[in-house]
Amino acid sequence: MEHVIRAEGLKKRFGDTQALAGVDILARRGTVLGVLGPNGAGKTTAVRTLATLIKPDEGRAEVCGFDVVKDAAQVRRVISLTGQYASVDEELTGVENLIMIARLVGHPRREARRRAQELIDRFGLSAAGGRAAKTYSGGMRRRLDLAAGLVNDPQVIYLDEPTTGLDPRARNAVWDTVRELVRDGATVLLTTQQLDEAEALADRILVFDHGRVVADGTSEELKEKVGGQTLAVRALDRDRVPEVVGVVARITGARPETDEDTGLVTAPLDDPAALSAVVRGLDEAGVVASDLALRRPSLDEVFLSLTGHHAETEGEKE
Amino acid sequence: MTAITVDQAPAPRIGPARTLGNGLTLAWRNVMQLKHSPEKLIDVLMMPVVFLLLFLYVFGGVVAGSTHAYLQQLLPGLVAQMGMFASMGLGTSLCEDIRKGVFDRFRSLPIARSAPLIGAVIGDAVRFCVSMVTLVAFGSLLGFRFHTNPLSVLAAFGLAYALYFAVCWVSVLVGLVAPSPETVQGLGFIWAMPLTFGSSVLLANTGTMPGWLQAWVKVNPVTHLADATRALMVGGPIGDHAWYTLAWAVGIVVVTFPVAVWMYGRKV
Repeated sequence: MEHVIRAEGLKKRFGDTQALAGVDILARRGTVLGVLGPNGAGKTTAVRTLATLIKPDEGRAEVCGFDVVKDAAQVRRVISLTGQYASVDEELTGVENLIMIARLVGHPRREARRRAQELIDRFGLSAAGGRAAKTYSGGMRRRLDLAAGLVNDPQVIYLDEPTTGLDPRARNAVWDTVRELVRDGATVLLTTQQLDEAEALADRILVFDHGRVVADGTSEELKEKVGGQTLAVRALDRDRVPEVVGVVARITGARPETDEDTGLVTAPLDDPAALSAVVRGLDEAGVVASDLALRRPSLDEVFLSLTGHHAETEGEKE
Repeated sequence: MTAITVDQAPAPRIGPARTLGNGLTLAWRNVMQLKHSPEKLIDVLMMPVVFLLLFLYVFGGVVAGSTHAYLQQLLPGLVAQMGMFASMGLGTSLCEDIRKGVFDRFRSLPIARSAPLIGAVIGDAVRFCVSMVTLVAFGSLLGFRFHTNPLSVLAAFGLAYALYFAVCWVSVLVGLVAPSPETVQGLGFIWAMPLTFGSSVLLANTGTMPGWLQAWVKVNPVTHLADATRALMVGGPIGDHAWYTLAWAVGIVVVTFPVAVWMYGRKV
C-alpha cells in the first residue's frame, strides 16, 4: 500500500484562527481523496500546506516521499495545484497560458507549443485557444485551469473546490476529467463543500470541521458510522398507511415514523434480510407499495451527526 | 513509512541561469498582456504628453525666457522623471496578480522563488520604452533637438533605465506591502512626488531653493539622473552625475531586491 500523501499532526494558526488543529492525511496512489467540509474548515489551508505554499506550525507532511518543508523544490516537481479561484492569467489566451507554464517547467519553445496545443485540444478548448481567458465562461476557465495543472505531468493533483460556481453540465465535465486523471495513474486530493461531489468521486473522504478531521472513511463507511440503513415504504393507496405501519413495526421491531405529507413510512433497519420479510408481509396484507427501498442516510445527515451542524453552515472564509 | 522511489536524488538548486530563464518567460507574459490589453499603456502614453505641455507652457516663459529654450532643459529632465511615475504601475499589477491567485500557481511550480518578481520587473521595460518614445517624439514635434551624438543620447537613456530598473524594485516592495491595488497607487505618489519634484527635473538651476530643500535635491538620485541626461542630450559638463546615478541604482537594488524576495516568500 503506497501512500503518496502522508501528513501527521499538521497545525497552522493565522492570528486568532486555528486553521489546522492537528490533521492527519493519508492518500494512496491512484485514488481520489475527498476533503469535505464547510467554508473555514481548514481545507484550503491543508491543500496549501501540501502544495508547499505555506509552512505548517507543527507536524510534518510528505508527498511522494518528499518533505513539504525540507524538500519543497522536489515536491513542486511532482504536484500541481488548481486553486479555488481559477488561477489562470486572464489577460493571456488559453494557449499562451499553457505555453507559459510549459516554458516555466523547462520545456523548450517548440515542445512547449506542442504540449499547449495538445492540452487545449484534449480539454475541448480548440476553438477558444486563441482568445483571452477573461472571455471564457466559468466552465471553460476551469477546464483551462485543469489543463494548466497537467502541463508538468504531475503525480499528485490538488483540486481546491474545482466545481464551485459551475453549472451542472460544466461540473459533470470536471468530474469526468478527474476520473480520467485517476485512470491515468494520478493521485487526486479534492476539496469540496458538496456532499454529492465527494460521494461521486472520492475513494475515501476526510470530513473537516474547525481544522480537525472529524471522520475518515469511504462514503459507505461514513454512512454506517451514523447508523444502519433506513427502510422506506409508501403505499400506493394512502388509506392503507396504518396497515403499512403495522407490518413495518412487526418486522423491524421499531416504531416507524410516518411522513404526514407523503405517507412515507420509515424505520431503522439493521438486518438487510428483513427487507424480503417486509415485502411478504405487505403482500399478505394485500397492500401495494409504490415505493419500497432500503436507503443509507445521506452524507448531509452524516455531517450533521458528526459535527452537530449542517454542512451548509457559512463559516469564516479561508 | 513507505516512501515512493521516484527520483530521490536531491534536486539541483535552481541556478542563476534557470532563474533568469524563468524570469524571461514571465516577462514574456507581461509583454503578451500588454499586447492583448494595450489600454494598459494609456498612462505611459498620456503622461509624457500632459507633463510636457503643462510644464513647458506654464513655466517656460518664466524660467527660460521662451518655451523653446526651456524645452531643451525640460525634456531631459522629464526623461528622468517619467520613469519614476511609470514604475508605479508595476506595484499595482503585482498586487492584483497576488490577489487573483496567479502567483499561487507560480509558487507551486518548480521555479525560482524570485522568478515572478524578476519577470515582472524585466517585462516592465516595455512601459519604460513606450514612455520614452512618446516623450521624445512629442518633444520633437514641439521643437526639441538632441545637441550631442547618438552614443551620448543612448547613454542617457541607459542611465535613465538603470534608475528606472532600481525604482521598479521599490514599486515591487510597495505592491507586496499594500493591502489592495488601489492603495499601491496612493502610496506610489507619496514616494514619487518628492523624488521627482524635489529635484532638478524642472529647473537646472536650483540655487533659489531654501537650504533644506537644496540639501535634499543634492542627494536625490533623480537630480543626478536629470543633470546627467541633460549633459548627455544637450551638452554641458556631466561631472560625477552619471556615477552617482549608477551608484544609487545599484544601492537601491542591493537593498530592495533581497527584501522583496523575502517578503514575497513570506506572503501567504
